[in-house]
Amino acid sequence: MSTDSFIEFRNVSFAYGERSILKNINLSIPRGRFVAIMGGSGSGKTTLLRLISGQVSPQQGEVIVDGKHVEKMSSRELFELRRRMGMLFQFGALFTDLSVFDNVAFPIREHTHLPDSMVHDLVLMKLAAVGLRGTERLMPAELSGGMSRRIALARAIALDPALMLYDEPFTGLDPISLGAIAHLIKKLSDALGTTSVMVTHDVQHSLNIVDYVYFVANGEIVAEGTPDEVRASASPWVHQFVYGEADGPVHLAYPATTSLADDIGLGDLHA
Amino acid sequence: MLETLLSPLRKLGHWVIEAIWRLGMISRFFVAILMNSGQSLLRFHLVIREMYFSGVLSLIIIVVSGLFVGMVLGLQGYTTLVRFGSADALGALVALSLLRELGPVLAALLFASRAGSAMTAEIGLMKATEQLDAMSVMAVNPVARVVAPRFWAGVLSMPILAALFNVMGIIGGYAVGVLMIGLDSGSYWSQMQANVDLHVDVVNGLIKSLFFGMAVTLIAVYEGFDATPTAAGVSAATTRTVVTSALVILALDFVLTAFMF
Ligand SMILES: Nc1ncnc2c1ncn2[C@@H]1O[C@H](COP(=O)(O)OP(=O)(O)O)[C@@H](O)[C@H]1O
Ligand SMILES: [Mg+2]
Repeated sequence: MSTDSFIEFRNVSFAYGERSILKNINLSIPRGRFVAIMGGSGSGKTTLLRLISGQVSPQQGEVIVDGKHVEKMSSRELFELRRRMGMLFQFGALFTDLSVFDNVAFPIREHTHLPDSMVHDLVLMKLAAVGLRGTERLMPAELSGGMSRRIALARAIALDPALMLYDEPFTGLDPISLGAIAHLIKKLSDALGTTSVMVTHDVQHSLNIVDYVYFVANGEIVAEGTPDEVRASASPWVHQFVYGEADGPVHLAYPATTSLADDIGLGDLHA
Repeated sequence: MLETLLSPLRKLGHWVIEAIWRLGMISRFFVAILMNSGQSLLRFHLVIREMYFSGVLSLIIIVVSGLFVGMVLGLQGYTTLVRFGSADALGALVALSLLRELGPVLAALLFASRAGSAMTAEIGLMKATEQLDAMSVMAVNPVARVVAPRFWAGVLSMPILAALFNVMGIIGGYAVGVLMIGLDSGSYWSQMQANVDLHVDVVNGLIKSLFFGMAVTLIAVYEGFDATPTAAGVSAATTRTVVTSALVILALDFVLTAFMF
């Protein structure tokens, strides 16, 4: 498996300063597959993607993408890798000072020397792929949340990446846009044959489009499996996630070091 | 007791270290901008576009302020000069005050509060909304693509705006001195022509504004790039741009004046 894996994490630990976010993560994502990484808010999902794209480096362990160590790359090698990588940011991250057309054209213009007419055709093809041809003159401020996400998707696939990273593509969308995005992502990854990693907390929609799922909680991988295995899983982690239960192995409360009774001055009453 | 004595000292020390640290960061950022400027120069339309934004943003405020400053100079200059019987020298007084000092300094202060703050807010918001991250994940260096063009646009706009400020000020002085008070138009211009030296006054003034442009824009882009990526962080950075720019402009003006005149 390791010879054919496009992305591999070996004993990866990461902390922001003192605060440990990921602990000893091992995972492997085969070429051409679609993998979801699920976890609650703040569980370190975005951080995981940032490790893959080399925006942050692990304190320990190895992150290997396409056979190369990301954590050891020079900035030139990193940029080389990123040219074959597309990322859909959680809120789209469209360039607010550029029109829809210029946003989608941005990576094409930066990385190729194609003539204007060719750039134009490519942009229209990408916009058609996300079903938004005709919006090219609009500015990002004029788009709805669902539309910006789709434009951002068109921008991310502009150079036909070999690896797509999706950061919570379903968050904050109405059910119709959500269905549209889910369908699009599935269609695009099938058509382009890209390796895809999606981090999300939306179990229902992701189980329908991915090949494999990892569950992350408290900085560790607590469960994994194919969608069918996940649906049938007896793991309390998976169960809590799939059925959206408030109580279970994942706790809602932030781990405080003092008790509430102490904090509000009632500690002595119990002593 | 010892604590109350030491605490201000400690604060002072902390403040000094912090200031020096920031100065170091800004210097390193400056070097990074210079090293990543190749693209801005090759694709000069990027710079032109930013010049259009920062220049046009500041145009109205520069024109109007320049006119008023010139009018005030006309009034004040006249009441002072007339006491010495040399009201004819008004043209020279207005032009020299503007070219050597007021034009570069006031234009830079206005530029900092209008275009500089806008630049900080824009870059800060791009950071807060992950646009800078998106860019670098697209293998495009944000310092080369976002920061450098804005920096050069500011550096190039500043002397042009200062020159415009000077022209408007001289027109304002003319309006008050000649049209309102009734001084001789010929002597307003000829006194100016006789007393203004191209190198000493005009060129030195423009050099000043070039330095101010560099300082203001560097501060503006640095604060934006360094802003805490939240709404509160961006607004604090914007304020810092205006305050720091004002202090740096005035301090730099003293140093430059001491060297030049
Ligand atoms: N730049 C940063 N500096 C310090 N802490 C951060 C930073 N980015 C994220 N964090 C913290 O790390 C944790 C994990 O963040 P993230 O990976 O964004 O979580 P998720 O995407 O799963 O919601 C969060 O609790 C967040 O507060
Ligand atoms: Mg996140």
